[in-house]
Amino acid sequence: MEKQVLFAGFGGQGVLSMGNFLTHVALNSGKEVAFVPSYGAEMRGGTANCLVTISDEEISSPLTDSPAMAVIMNRPSLDKFEGKIMSRGTLVINSSLVDRKPAREDLLIYELEVNKLLEGLDNERSGNMVLLGAYIEKTGIVDIDKALENFSQIFHGKSDEFIKSNRKAFLAGIEYARRHW
Amino acid sequence: MKKVLMKGNEALAQGAIDGGCRSYFGYPITPSSEIAEYMARKLPLLGGVFLQAESELAAINMVYGAAATGARVMTATSGPGMSLKQEGISFLAEAELPCLLVNISRGGPGLGGIQPAQSDYFQATRGGGHGDYHIMVLAPNNVQEMMDFAIEGFALADHYRIPVMIMAEGTLGQMMEPVIQRESVPLLTDKPWATDGCKNRKPNIINTLHLSPDVLEQRNMILSDKYQEIKRSEKKAETFMIEDADYIVVAFGLLSRVAKKAIMELRQQGMKMGLIRPITLWPFPDEVIHQAAPQVKKFISIEISMGQMIEDVRLAVNGMAPVEFMGRIGSVPSPQEITRRLAQMVEGEIK
Repeated sequence: MEKQVLFAGFGGQGVLSMGNFLTHVALNSGKEVAFVPSYGAEMRGGTANCLVTISDEEISSPLTDSPAMAVIMNRPSLDKFEGKIMSRGTLVINSSLVDRKPAREDLLIYELEVNKLLEGLDNERSGNMVLLGAYIEKTGIVDIDKALENFSQIFHGKSDEFIKSNRKAFLAGIEYARRHW
Repeated sequence: MKKVLMKGNEALAQGAIDGGCRSYFGYPITPSSEIAEYMARKLPLLGGVFLQAESELAAINMVYGAAATGARVMTATSGPGMSLKQEGISFLAEAELPCLLVNISRGGPGLGGIQPAQSDYFQATRGGGHGDYHIMVLAPNNVQEMMDFAIEGFALADHYRIPVMIMAEGTLGQMMEPVIQRESVPLLTDKPWATDGCKNRKPNIINTLHLSPDVLEQRNMILSDKYQEIKRSEKKAETFMIEDADYIVVAFGLLSRVAKKAIMELRQQGMKMGLIRPITLWPFPDEVIHQAAPQVKKFISIEISMGQMIEDVRLAVNGMAPVEFMGRIGSVPSPQEITRRLAQMVEGEIK
Protein backbone atom coordinates (compact mmCIF):
# COMPACT_ATOMS: atom_id res chain seq x y z
CA MET A 1 0.00 0.00 0.00
CA GLU A 2 1.43 3.38 -1.04
CA LYS A 3 -0.01 6.77 -0.13
CA GLN A 4 1.08 10.20 -1.30
CA VAL A 5 0.12 13.36 0.57
CA LEU A 6 0.64 16.94 -0.57
CA PHE A 7 0.99 19.78 1.96
CA ALA A 8 0.70 23.28 0.52
CA GLY A 9 0.43 26.88 1.75
CA PHE A 10 2.30 30.18 2.13
CA GLY A 11 6.02 30.11 2.94
CA GLY A 12 6.23 30.49 6.73
CA GLN A 13 3.01 28.62 7.56
CA GLY A 14 5.00 25.56 8.54
CA VAL A 15 3.97 23.50 5.53
CA LEU A 16 7.34 21.78 5.20
CA SER A 17 7.31 21.09 8.96
CA MET A 18 3.98 19.28 8.58
CA GLY A 19 5.41 17.01 5.92
CA ASN A 20 8.62 16.56 7.87
CA PHE A 21 6.69 15.52 11.00
CA LEU A 22 4.52 13.01 9.14
CA THR A 23 7.58 11.56 7.36
CA HIS A 24 9.38 11.00 10.67
CA VAL A 25 6.37 9.34 12.30
CA ALA A 26 5.87 7.05 9.30
CA LEU A 27 9.57 6.08 9.30
CA ASN A 28 9.40 5.33 13.03
CA SER A 29 6.33 3.18 12.30
CA GLY A 30 8.46 0.95 10.05
CA LYS A 31 7.28 2.39 6.71
CA GLU A 32 9.26 3.32 3.63
CA VAL A 33 9.14 7.10 3.22
CA ALA A 34 10.18 9.93 0.93
CA PHE A 35 9.82 13.69 1.47
CA VAL A 36 10.15 16.01 -1.52
CA PRO A 37 10.00 19.76 -0.77
CA SER A 38 9.57 22.61 -3.18
CA TYR A 39 12.80 24.57 -2.95
CA GLY A 40 14.30 27.91 -3.83
CA ALA A 41 12.21 31.04 -4.37
CA GLU A 42 9.20 29.46 -2.68
CA MET A 43 11.01 29.46 0.65
CA ARG A 44 11.37 33.21 0.55
CA GLY A 45 7.74 34.22 0.90
CA GLY A 46 5.83 32.67 -2.00
CA THR A 47 4.00 29.37 -1.94
CA ALA A 48 5.56 26.32 -0.35
CA ASN A 49 4.64 22.70 -0.73
CA CYS A 50 5.96 19.26 -0.08
CA LEU A 51 5.02 15.76 -1.10
CA VAL A 52 5.23 12.86 1.34
CA THR A 53 5.16 9.25 0.14
CA ILE A 54 4.46 6.48 2.67
CA SER A 55 4.64 2.87 1.57
CA ASP A 56 4.92 -0.71 2.81
CA GLU A 57 7.34 -1.43 -0.03
CA GLU A 58 10.32 0.23 -1.67
CA ILE A 59 9.23 3.55 -3.17
CA SER A 60 9.88 3.83 -6.89
CA SER A 61 8.66 7.34 -7.65
CA PRO A 62 8.61 9.93 -4.83
CA LEU A 63 6.87 12.27 -7.28
CA THR A 64 3.30 12.34 -8.60
CA ASP A 65 0.86 14.52 -10.52
CA SER A 66 -2.09 13.29 -8.49
CA PRO A 67 -1.63 12.73 -4.76
CA ALA A 68 -4.30 10.70 -2.94
CA MET A 69 -4.53 13.38 -0.26
CA ALA A 70 -3.89 17.10 0.03
CA VAL A 71 -3.67 19.30 3.13
CA ILE A 72 -4.25 22.88 2.01
CA MET A 73 -3.32 25.88 4.15
CA ASN A 74 -4.38 28.80 1.87
CA ARG A 75 -6.49 29.83 -1.11
CA PRO A 76 -3.76 29.95 -3.82
CA SER A 77 -2.81 26.38 -2.92
CA LEU A 78 -6.41 25.20 -3.25
CA ASP A 79 -6.64 26.87 -6.66
CA LYS A 80 -3.38 25.28 -7.75
CA PHE A 81 -3.86 21.74 -6.48
CA GLU A 82 -7.59 21.00 -6.19
CA GLY A 83 -7.79 19.69 -9.74
CA LYS A 84 -4.84 17.36 -9.24
CA ILE A 85 -6.02 15.28 -6.29
CA MET A 86 -6.71 11.67 -7.16
CA SER A 87 -10.36 10.80 -7.78
CA ARG A 88 -12.09 9.77 -4.52
CA GLY A 89 -9.12 11.23 -2.65
CA THR A 90 -9.07 13.31 0.53
CA LEU A 91 -8.89 17.11 0.77
CA VAL A 92 -8.22 18.84 4.10
CA ILE A 93 -8.59 22.62 4.18
CA ASN A 94 -7.69 25.45 6.53
CA SER A 95 -10.92 27.36 5.90
CA SER A 96 -9.64 30.43 7.80
CA LEU A 97 -7.48 31.23 4.77
CA VAL A 98 -9.58 29.69 2.01
CA ASP A 99 -12.54 31.87 1.12
CA ARG A 100 -14.29 29.49 -1.24
CA LYS A 101 -15.73 26.00 -1.18
CA PRO A 102 -13.93 23.34 -3.20
CA ALA A 103 -15.55 22.57 -6.56
CA ARG A 104 -14.73 18.86 -6.65
CA GLU A 105 -17.60 16.54 -5.70
CA ASP A 106 -15.69 13.26 -5.81
CA LEU A 107 -13.45 13.98 -2.80
CA LEU A 108 -13.76 13.46 0.92
CA ILE A 109 -13.51 17.04 2.18
CA TYR A 110 -12.70 18.15 5.72
CA GLU A 111 -12.57 21.81 6.68
CA LEU A 112 -11.27 23.43 9.84
CA GLU A 113 -11.15 27.12 10.72
CA VAL A 114 -7.63 26.95 12.07
CA ASN A 115 -7.35 30.62 13.14
CA LYS A 116 -10.57 30.47 15.13
CA LEU A 117 -9.39 27.38 16.96
CA LEU A 118 -6.00 29.01 17.63
CA GLU A 119 -7.71 31.92 19.40
CA GLY A 120 -8.42 29.58 22.31
CA LEU A 121 -4.79 28.45 22.51
CA ASP A 122 -1.81 30.46 23.68
CA ASN A 123 0.21 29.95 20.50
CA GLU A 124 -0.95 31.64 17.32
CA ARG A 125 1.86 30.15 15.29
CA SER A 126 0.97 26.46 15.59
CA GLY A 127 -1.83 26.41 13.02
CA ASN A 128 0.07 23.83 11.01
CA MET A 129 0.08 21.42 13.98
CA VAL A 130 -3.68 21.92 14.52
CA LEU A 131 -4.51 20.91 10.99
CA LEU A 132 -1.92 18.10 11.00
CA GLY A 133 -3.37 16.62 14.21
CA ALA A 134 -6.88 16.72 12.79
CA TYR A 135 -5.73 15.23 9.48
CA ILE A 136 -3.83 12.33 11.05
CA GLU A 137 -6.65 11.59 13.50
CA LYS A 138 -9.25 11.49 10.72
CA THR A 139 -7.32 9.53 8.10
CA GLY A 140 -5.22 7.28 10.32
CA ILE A 141 -2.39 7.61 7.77
CA VAL A 142 -0.10 6.96 10.73
CA ASP A 143 -1.09 5.86 14.23
CA ILE A 144 -2.07 8.92 16.26
CA ASP A 145 -0.53 7.56 19.46
CA LYS A 146 2.70 6.85 17.58
CA ALA A 147 2.66 10.49 16.43
CA LEU A 148 2.25 11.70 20.01
CA GLU A 149 5.11 9.45 21.19
CA ASN A 150 7.40 10.99 18.56
CA PHE A 151 7.09 14.64 19.55
CA SER A 152 10.22 15.01 21.61
CA GLN A 153 12.35 13.06 19.11
CA ILE A 154 11.15 15.02 16.07
CA PHE A 155 11.52 18.38 17.83
CA HIS A 156 14.86 17.38 19.34
CA GLY A 157 16.88 20.48 20.22
CA LYS A 158 13.83 22.76 20.55
CA SER A 159 12.79 24.23 23.89
CA ASP A 160 10.34 22.37 26.15
CA GLU A 161 8.05 25.36 25.80
CA PHE A 162 8.05 25.04 22.01
CA ILE A 163 7.35 21.31 22.11
CA LYS A 164 4.58 21.79 24.67
CA SER A 165 2.74 24.44 22.66
CA ASN A 166 3.01 22.44 19.44
CA ARG A 167 1.73 19.35 21.22
CA LYS A 168 -1.17 21.35 22.62
CA ALA A 169 -2.09 22.57 19.14
CA PHE A 170 -1.80 19.05 17.76
CA LEU A 171 -4.13 17.71 20.50
CA ALA A 172 -6.62 20.50 19.77
CA GLY A 173 -6.69 19.38 16.14
CA ILE A 174 -7.28 15.77 17.18
CA GLU A 175 -10.10 16.87 19.43
CA TYR A 176 -11.71 18.89 16.64
CA ALA A 177 -11.58 15.98 14.21
CA ARG A 178 -13.18 13.64 16.76
CA ARG A 179 -16.07 16.03 17.40
CA HIS A 180 -16.75 17.52 14.00
CA TRP A 181 -15.41 15.26 11.23
CA MET B 1 22.48 0.59 12.23
CA LYS B 2 19.33 2.64 12.58
CA LYS B 3 17.71 4.31 9.60
CA VAL B 4 17.72 8.10 9.84
CA LEU B 5 16.04 10.67 7.63
CA MET B 6 18.49 12.84 5.75
CA LYS B 7 18.41 15.36 2.95
CA GLY B 8 20.24 14.15 -0.15
CA ASN B 9 22.83 16.92 0.09
CA GLU B 10 23.51 16.16 3.76
CA ALA B 11 23.74 12.41 3.13
CA LEU B 12 26.27 13.06 0.37
CA ALA B 13 28.34 15.29 2.67
CA GLN B 14 28.25 12.70 5.47
CA GLY B 15 29.23 10.01 2.95
CA ALA B 16 32.21 12.11 1.91
CA ILE B 17 33.29 12.43 5.55
CA ASP B 18 32.84 8.67 6.04
CA GLY B 19 34.95 8.22 2.89
CA GLY B 20 37.81 10.05 4.56
CA CYS B 21 37.28 13.56 3.17
CA ARG B 22 38.71 16.21 5.51
CA SER B 23 39.09 19.10 3.06
CA TYR B 24 36.30 21.07 1.40
CA PHE B 25 36.66 24.11 -0.82
CA GLY B 26 33.65 25.64 -2.49
CA TYR B 27 31.36 28.52 -3.26
CA PRO B 28 27.65 28.11 -2.43
CA ILE B 29 24.92 27.89 -5.06
CA THR B 30 21.33 26.62 -4.98
CA PRO B 31 20.45 23.74 -4.97
CA SER B 32 23.81 22.44 -3.68
CA SER B 33 24.47 24.75 -0.71
CA GLU B 34 23.53 22.31 2.09
CA ILE B 35 26.66 20.31 1.22
CA ALA B 36 28.86 23.32 2.03
CA GLU B 37 26.77 24.12 5.13
CA TYR B 38 27.10 20.54 6.42
CA MET B 39 30.86 20.50 5.81
CA ALA B 40 31.25 23.91 7.49
CA ARG B 41 29.60 22.46 10.59
CA LYS B 42 31.37 19.09 10.67
CA LEU B 43 34.88 19.39 9.23
CA PRO B 44 36.35 21.79 11.83
CA LEU B 45 35.25 19.35 14.57
CA LEU B 46 37.18 16.56 12.83
CA GLY B 47 40.38 18.55 12.44
CA GLY B 48 39.58 19.13 8.78
CA VAL B 49 39.49 22.22 6.60
CA PHE B 50 36.38 23.98 5.33
CA LEU B 51 36.96 27.06 3.26
CA GLN B 52 34.43 29.17 1.40
CA ALA B 53 36.55 30.48 -1.44
CA GLU B 54 36.15 33.88 -3.09
CA SER B 55 35.03 32.22 -6.32
CA GLU B 56 34.58 28.83 -7.98
CA LEU B 57 37.88 29.37 -9.80
CA ALA B 58 39.69 29.78 -6.50
CA ALA B 59 37.88 26.77 -5.00
CA ILE B 60 38.86 24.34 -7.76
CA ASN B 61 42.50 25.45 -7.59
CA MET B 62 42.44 24.91 -3.81
CA VAL B 63 41.17 21.40 -4.59
CA TYR B 64 44.15 20.99 -6.95
CA GLY B 65 46.57 22.07 -4.23
CA ALA B 66 45.09 19.83 -1.54
CA ALA B 67 44.84 16.83 -3.89
CA ALA B 68 48.51 17.30 -4.83
CA THR B 69 49.47 16.80 -1.19
CA GLY B 70 47.48 13.55 -1.11
CA ALA B 71 44.46 14.86 0.86
CA ARG B 72 40.98 13.49 0.24
CA VAL B 73 39.34 16.67 -1.01
CA MET B 74 36.06 17.69 -2.59
CA THR B 75 34.03 20.57 -3.93
CA ALA B 76 30.31 20.84 -4.70
CA THR B 77 28.33 23.22 -6.86
CA SER B 78 25.63 23.42 -9.52
CA GLY B 79 25.80 24.03 -13.28
CA PRO B 80 26.97 27.66 -13.44
CA GLY B 81 29.63 26.96 -10.80
CA MET B 82 30.75 23.77 -12.53
CA SER B 83 31.27 25.73 -15.75
CA LEU B 84 33.63 28.07 -13.88
CA LYS B 85 35.57 25.09 -12.53
CA GLN B 86 36.25 23.48 -15.91
CA GLU B 87 39.74 24.92 -16.42
CA GLY B 88 40.81 23.52 -13.06
CA ILE B 89 39.22 20.14 -13.80
CA SER B 90 41.22 19.85 -17.02
CA PHE B 91 44.38 20.53 -14.98
CA LEU B 92 43.34 17.98 -12.32
CA ALA B 93 42.76 15.37 -15.03
CA GLU B 94 46.19 15.90 -16.64
CA ALA B 95 47.95 15.99 -13.26
CA GLU B 96 46.07 12.77 -12.37
CA LEU B 97 44.94 14.20 -9.06
CA PRO B 98 42.11 12.34 -7.29
CA CYS B 99 39.19 14.39 -5.93
CA LEU B 100 35.42 14.36 -5.65
CA LEU B 101 33.39 16.88 -7.65
CA VAL B 102 29.64 17.23 -7.08
CA ASN B 103 27.09 18.78 -9.44
CA ILE B 104 23.63 19.10 -7.85
CA SER B 105 22.26 20.12 -11.16
CA ARG B 106 19.83 22.79 -12.26
CA GLY B 107 18.61 23.98 -15.63
CA GLY B 108 20.69 26.17 -17.96
CA PRO B 109 22.09 27.56 -20.18
CA GLY B 110 23.43 30.74 -18.56
CA LEU B 111 22.19 31.30 -15.05
CA GLY B 112 19.13 29.31 -16.10
CA GLY B 113 16.93 28.39 -13.14
CA ILE B 114 17.24 26.51 -9.88
CA GLN B 115 14.91 23.64 -10.68
CA PRO B 116 16.26 20.12 -11.32
CA ALA B 117 17.89 19.24 -14.64
CA GLN B 118 20.17 16.76 -16.38
CA SER B 119 21.36 19.16 -19.04
CA ASP B 120 24.97 19.15 -17.81
CA TYR B 121 25.32 15.58 -19.17
CA PHE B 122 27.55 16.59 -22.07
CA GLN B 123 29.73 18.79 -19.84
CA ALA B 124 30.16 15.96 -17.34
CA THR B 125 30.72 13.04 -19.70
CA ARG B 126 32.82 14.71 -22.40
CA GLY B 127 35.39 16.07 -20.00
CA GLY B 128 34.02 19.61 -19.92
CA GLY B 129 37.27 21.52 -20.21
CA HIS B 130 40.02 21.63 -22.84
CA GLY B 131 42.14 18.71 -23.97
CA ASP B 132 41.67 14.94 -24.27
CA TYR B 133 40.40 13.75 -20.94
CA HIS B 134 37.52 12.18 -19.07
CA ILE B 135 36.40 12.15 -15.49
CA MET B 136 34.33 9.37 -13.94
CA VAL B 137 30.67 10.34 -13.44
CA LEU B 138 28.31 8.57 -11.02
CA ALA B 139 24.55 9.21 -11.01
CA PRO B 140 22.78 8.22 -7.76
CA ASN B 141 18.99 7.78 -7.79
CA ASN B 142 18.14 7.87 -4.07
CA VAL B 143 19.44 9.46 -0.88
CA GLN B 144 21.19 6.27 0.27
CA GLU B 145 23.19 6.27 -2.96
CA MET B 146 24.07 9.95 -2.46
CA MET B 147 25.86 8.76 0.68
CA ASP B 148 27.27 5.50 -0.69
CA PHE B 149 28.53 6.98 -3.97
CA ALA B 150 30.45 9.69 -2.09
CA ILE B 151 32.32 6.96 -0.19
CA GLU B 152 32.84 4.93 -3.35
CA GLY B 153 33.77 8.03 -5.34
CA PHE B 154 36.84 8.70 -3.19
CA ALA B 155 37.94 5.07 -3.47
CA LEU B 156 37.64 5.19 -7.28
CA ALA B 157 39.37 8.58 -7.46
CA ASP B 158 42.36 7.35 -5.46
CA HIS B 159 42.54 3.99 -7.26
CA TYR B 160 42.64 5.50 -10.76
CA ARG B 161 44.10 8.88 -9.82
CA ILE B 162 41.17 10.62 -11.52
CA PRO B 163 38.59 13.28 -10.59
CA VAL B 164 35.24 11.58 -9.89
CA MET B 165 31.99 13.49 -10.25
CA ILE B 166 28.65 12.78 -8.63
CA MET B 167 25.86 14.31 -10.68
CA ALA B 168 22.34 14.44 -9.23
CA GLU B 169 19.24 16.45 -10.04
CA GLY B 170 18.51 19.32 -7.62
CA THR B 171 15.48 17.45 -6.27
CA LEU B 172 17.67 14.57 -5.12
CA GLY B 173 19.80 17.01 -3.17
CA GLN B 174 16.77 18.59 -1.53
CA MET B 175 14.57 15.57 -0.76
CA MET B 176 14.70 13.45 2.38
CA GLU B 177 14.77 9.66 2.59
CA PRO B 178 15.94 7.20 5.23
CA VAL B 179 19.62 6.26 5.08
CA ILE B 180 21.78 3.77 6.92
CA GLN B 181 25.24 5.09 7.66
CA ARG B 182 28.11 2.63 7.20
CA GLU B 183 30.20 1.89 10.26
CA SER B 184 33.46 0.92 8.62
CA VAL B 185 35.98 3.60 7.76
CA PRO B 186 37.74 3.06 4.42
CA LEU B 187 41.51 2.82 4.46
CA LEU B 188 43.35 5.67 2.87
CA THR B 189 45.36 4.75 -0.20
CA ASP B 190 49.12 5.12 -0.13
CA LYS B 191 50.09 8.01 -2.43
CA PRO B 192 53.82 7.82 -3.21
CA TRP B 193 53.35 10.46 -5.94
CA ALA B 194 52.08 13.17 -3.57
CA THR B 195 54.01 16.38 -2.90
CA ASP B 196 53.88 15.94 0.86
CA GLY B 197 57.49 16.63 1.83
CA CYS B 198 60.57 15.02 0.25
CA LYS B 199 62.85 14.35 3.20
CA ASN B 200 64.92 11.22 2.39
CA ARG B 201 63.49 10.86 -1.12
CA LYS B 202 63.62 12.55 -4.51
CA PRO B 203 61.16 15.42 -4.90
CA ASN B 204 57.84 14.61 -6.64
CA ILE B 205 56.76 17.03 -9.33
CA ILE B 206 53.15 17.65 -10.31
CA ASN B 207 52.94 19.61 -13.53
CA THR B 208 50.70 19.87 -16.58
CA LEU B 209 52.95 21.78 -19.01
CA HIS B 210 54.63 19.57 -21.65
CA LEU B 211 56.12 21.72 -24.39
CA SER B 212 57.86 18.81 -26.11
CA PRO B 213 55.41 17.25 -28.61
CA ASP B 214 56.78 13.77 -27.88
CA VAL B 215 56.32 14.12 -24.15
CA LEU B 216 52.83 15.55 -24.64
CA GLU B 217 51.81 12.66 -26.87
CA GLN B 218 53.23 10.21 -24.35
CA ARG B 219 51.20 11.87 -21.58
CA ASN B 220 48.02 11.62 -23.64
CA MET B 221 48.70 7.94 -24.33
CA ILE B 222 49.12 7.24 -20.62
CA LEU B 223 45.81 8.98 -19.90
CA SER B 224 44.11 7.16 -22.77
CA ASP B 225 45.30 3.77 -21.47
CA LYS B 226 43.87 4.63 -18.09
CA TYR B 227 40.51 5.59 -19.62
CA GLN B 228 40.43 2.30 -21.54
CA GLU B 229 41.07 0.38 -18.32
CA ILE B 230 38.24 2.26 -16.58
CA LYS B 231 35.93 1.51 -19.51
CA ARG B 232 36.77 -2.20 -19.20
CA SER B 233 36.28 -2.36 -15.42
CA GLU B 234 33.87 0.25 -14.14
CA LYS B 235 30.74 0.46 -16.32
CA LYS B 236 27.67 0.06 -14.16
CA ALA B 237 23.95 -0.11 -14.92
CA GLU B 238 20.78 -1.38 -13.30
CA THR B 239 18.18 -3.19 -15.40
CA PHE B 240 14.47 -3.77 -14.77
CA MET B 241 12.36 -6.24 -16.77
CA ILE B 242 14.42 -6.03 -19.96
CA GLU B 243 14.52 -9.80 -20.66
CA ASP B 244 11.26 -9.89 -22.64
CA ALA B 245 10.90 -6.16 -23.31
CA ASP B 246 9.77 -4.87 -26.71
CA TYR B 247 10.49 -1.31 -25.59
CA ILE B 248 13.38 -0.25 -23.38
CA VAL B 249 13.52 3.08 -21.60
CA VAL B 250 16.96 4.47 -20.76
CA ALA B 251 16.96 6.97 -17.88
CA PHE B 252 19.34 7.92 -15.07
CA GLY B 253 19.20 9.63 -11.67
CA LEU B 254 15.98 10.33 -9.80
CA LEU B 255 14.22 10.32 -13.16
CA SER B 256 15.00 6.59 -13.51
CA ARG B 257 12.79 5.88 -10.49
CA VAL B 258 9.91 7.88 -11.95
CA ALA B 259 10.38 6.03 -15.26
CA LYS B 260 10.34 2.70 -13.38
CA LYS B 261 6.98 3.57 -11.85
CA ALA B 262 5.59 4.36 -15.32
CA ILE B 263 6.98 1.08 -16.67
CA MET B 264 5.30 -0.92 -13.88
CA GLU B 265 2.01 0.79 -14.74
CA LEU B 266 2.38 0.04 -18.47
CA ARG B 267 3.33 -3.58 -17.72
CA GLN B 268 0.00 -3.89 -15.92
CA GLN B 269 -1.68 -2.64 -19.08
CA GLY B 270 0.08 -5.41 -21.00
CA MET B 271 2.87 -3.42 -22.67
CA LYS B 272 6.25 -5.13 -22.55
CA MET B 273 8.44 -2.32 -21.25
CA GLY B 274 11.80 -2.44 -19.53
CA LEU B 275 14.33 -0.02 -18.06
CA ILE B 276 18.08 0.39 -18.32
CA ARG B 277 19.44 2.84 -15.77
CA PRO B 278 23.04 3.94 -16.30
CA ILE B 279 24.70 4.28 -12.88
CA THR B 280 28.03 5.37 -14.34
CA LEU B 281 27.44 8.05 -16.97
CA TRP B 282 31.14 7.89 -17.86
CA PRO B 283 32.11 5.23 -18.57
CA PHE B 284 28.70 4.79 -20.23
CA PRO B 285 27.30 1.25 -19.82
CA ASP B 286 26.96 0.66 -23.56
CA GLU B 287 27.29 -3.15 -23.59
CA VAL B 288 24.06 -3.86 -21.73
CA ILE B 289 22.21 -1.66 -24.24
CA HIS B 290 24.04 -3.16 -27.21
CA GLN B 291 23.26 -6.71 -26.09
CA ALA B 292 19.55 -5.97 -25.65
CA ALA B 293 19.22 -4.14 -29.00
CA PRO B 294 18.56 -7.04 -31.41
CA GLN B 295 15.38 -8.10 -29.55
CA VAL B 296 14.03 -4.58 -28.98
CA LYS B 297 11.52 -2.71 -31.18
CA LYS B 298 12.49 0.70 -29.86
CA PHE B 299 14.62 2.46 -27.26
CA ILE B 300 13.37 5.62 -25.59
CA SER B 301 15.86 7.93 -23.90
CA ILE B 302 14.09 9.97 -21.22
CA GLU B 303 16.02 12.96 -19.92
CA ILE B 304 15.55 16.30 -18.18
CA SER B 305 17.24 18.02 -21.10
CA MET B 306 16.65 18.57 -24.78
CA GLY B 307 18.45 15.30 -25.61
CA GLN B 308 22.05 14.57 -24.62
CA MET B 309 22.40 10.99 -23.32
CA ILE B 310 20.42 9.87 -26.38
CA GLU B 311 23.68 10.24 -28.38
CA ASP B 312 25.37 7.62 -26.18
CA VAL B 313 22.30 5.38 -26.42
CA ARG B 314 22.43 5.63 -30.22
CA LEU B 315 26.14 4.79 -30.28
CA ALA B 316 25.45 1.75 -28.10
CA VAL B 317 22.47 0.59 -30.21
CA ASN B 318 24.57 1.14 -33.34
CA GLY B 319 21.65 1.19 -35.74
CA MET B 320 20.06 -2.08 -34.59
CA ALA B 321 16.85 -0.38 -33.37
CA PRO B 322 15.24 3.05 -33.50
CA VAL B 323 16.05 5.37 -30.59
CA GLU B 324 13.51 8.03 -29.68
CA PHE B 325 13.56 10.86 -27.19
CA MET B 326 11.32 12.20 -24.46
CA GLY B 327 12.47 15.25 -22.54
CA ARG B 328 11.45 18.01 -20.22
CA ILE B 329 13.24 21.10 -18.94
CA GLY B 330 12.50 22.82 -15.65
CA SER B 331 11.07 19.92 -13.66
CA VAL B 332 11.23 16.17 -13.21
CA PRO B 333 8.28 14.81 -15.24
CA SER B 334 5.70 12.92 -13.19
CA PRO B 335 5.09 9.17 -13.53
CA GLN B 336 1.65 9.98 -14.95
CA GLU B 337 3.16 12.14 -17.71
CA ILE B 338 5.77 9.54 -18.61
CA THR B 339 3.14 6.77 -18.62
CA ARG B 340 0.91 8.82 -20.93
CA ARG B 341 3.66 9.76 -23.36
CA LEU B 342 5.18 6.27 -23.46
CA ALA B 343 1.73 4.79 -24.15
CA GLN B 344 1.28 7.25 -27.04
CA MET B 345 4.69 6.33 -28.50
CA VAL B 346 3.95 2.63 -28.29
CA GLU B 347 0.39 2.90 -29.63
CA GLY B 348 1.67 4.99 -32.54
CA GLU B 349 4.02 2.10 -33.27
CA ILE B 350 1.26 -0.55 -33.22
CA LYS B 351 -1.04 1.47 -35.53
